[in-house]
Amino acid sequence: MQDFPIIRTAGVDGLLISFAAALSEPANRAALAFRAALESKGWAGVEETSSSLVSAFVRFDPLRLSHAALHRQVQALLDQHDWYAADLPGGRRFWRVPTVFGTDLAPQLGQAAQAAGLSEAEAIRSLSQARVRVQTIGFAPGQPYLGELPPAWDIPRQKELTPRVPEGALVVALRQLVLFSVTTPTGWQHVGQTAIRLFQPDMPEPFLLRPGDEVQFTPIDPETLARMRSDPRGGASCETLA
Amino acid sequence: MSAHLTILRAGPGLTVQDMGRPGYLDMGLSRGGAVDRLALAEGAALLGQADSLAAVEMAGMGGEFQADQDLRIALTGARMRAQIDGTTAVWNASHLLPAGARLSIGPAVAGSYGYLSVGGGVQGDLVLGACSAHLTAGIGAVLKAGDRLAISPDAGGATGMTFDPEDRFSGGEIRIVASCQTDLFAADVLERLQTTTFRRDARANRMGVRLESDGPGFHVSGGRSVLSESIVPGDIQVTGDGTPFVLLAECQTTGGYPRIGTVLPCDLPKVAQAPAGADLQFRFVSLDEAVSAERAAAQARAALPRALRPLIRDPRSLSDLLSYQLISGAIAGEEDVL
Repeated sequence: MQDFPIIRTAGVDGLLISFAAALSEPANRAALAFRAALESKGWAGVEETSSSLVSAFVRFDPLRLSHAALHRQVQALLDQHDWYAADLPGGRRFWRVPTVFGTDLAPQLGQAAQAAGLSEAEAIRSLSQARVRVQTIGFAPGQPYLGELPPAWDIPRQKELTPRVPEGALVVALRQLVLFSVTTPTGWQHVGQTAIRLFQPDMPEPFLLRPGDEVQFTPIDPETLARMRSDPRGGASCETLA
Repeated sequence: MSAHLTILRAGPGLTVQDMGRPGYLDMGLSRGGAVDRLALAEGAALLGQADSLAAVEMAGMGGEFQADQDLRIALTGARMRAQIDGTTAVWNASHLLPAGARLSIGPAVAGSYGYLSVGGGVQGDLVLGACSAHLTAGIGAVLKAGDRLAISPDAGGATGMTFDPEDRFSGGEIRIVASCQTDLFAADVLERLQTTTFRRDARANRMGVRLESDGPGFHVSGGRSVLSESIVPGDIQVTGDGTPFVLLAECQTTGGYPRIGTVLPCDLPKVAQAPAGADLQFRFVSLDEAVSAERAAAQARAALPRALRPLIRDPRSLSDLLSYQLISGAIAGEEDVL
């Protein structure tokens, strides 16, 4: 295997720059910082950039910008810095998101706790005390991948998909949490339920969370959650991180 | 007052679509837009307007429409049986839809997605810079009977024009390039991918098309797990049971299934338009060949306005035949037109 970072094509009009084969903090920071650098370059022929957990992605017009030329530009930019030592994005925020753990609103807390070798009470304590970071936004609009949880939570996805997990669901697998922005089928285990709305296309700021933001899920009871349903942020509070 | 197109009857898969909303990939929102963008470009060429204007996409089945003012329309993509007040309206052509007349569009007879473009364009709700419905993201909705679509002012132009569309409505050979995970697959699996005849499964939507085949699945050697990574329309994802899925316009932005290859953007309409059960074969091409194919497709798209010609009308359907100047050869009575 070649040394990271590696540059690979993704289809005819995409380039993927990966900083690791597995998720790690430095590789995630590198991906976020490199994508920001790509974006600020504004190279002619580049149509869109994004980041995933450990990679930056460039969509470009191969009729205006050749693969070879873009590859050279990207390599030169990679060589300019130690991207693994890059700072987290600026303007980060800390969110506290009220969450019902378990009950019939989040019916898989018990089995997820068991898979992690914890009692339900221990599982709630562990998940609600973890201050996790948005590693990337992806899959569905505004939907964060959050990590990293303590090692006990390195539990696999289920083999069978749960056909329908609602918007606002907090699901766990592989030492990560995902907070759902839409109702969707999933192999991740549904351990918490929030009233947060992560994607509101008609609002001035349609996407609530950004990569680098930190999040903590504070336990509440179902009655409190029901009262928070009318708030688009689902009772979440937000403060700016220095 | 702007014109309106009222939907009197709607097939199950009618949506407003344009070229999609690029720029939100980093926020988890895929571009979306028409699954057959070439069909939108063809409709725009027939009406002599920009291909950025929104049209009605019809999955598998059309509907019935009525306008409150005279409208110019164009019918492109999957061929469907269309009539204006009971008179056949030729597909791949532009027509005048008189105020009050009923435009009736039936099921697809070749291909999967038909398009109804309107002079001036459908004036949909602008969300994040585009009008296209993105159903999985909760933007817009499926159109239903009773909906009234506002139509932007039409700069005007010809109707009764036609052209010969690129044949992409019955499956066939699909060119693919290696993707970032192609080398996870063993050489014999990649070989088998290219010698297998796949059938488009009936299970398909704007997110993707499932491919059926006889024989074993297309498993990754060692069954290794892949970290969730950026995915793009055209990617061929292989799910846990070894079944390939080709992703379309409304796919997610990241995925954890390995990708065996990526369909060339210019061949993607052929996958989207393949009717259920149609045969599809894949062939790997080099990146250079792929870029050349994209260039040729872009040139063909740019040349569409020059490929138009007037519809030749069938004399049997002309009540006012004697008022026409008949020049030998200009009217072919055998053609199934108008």
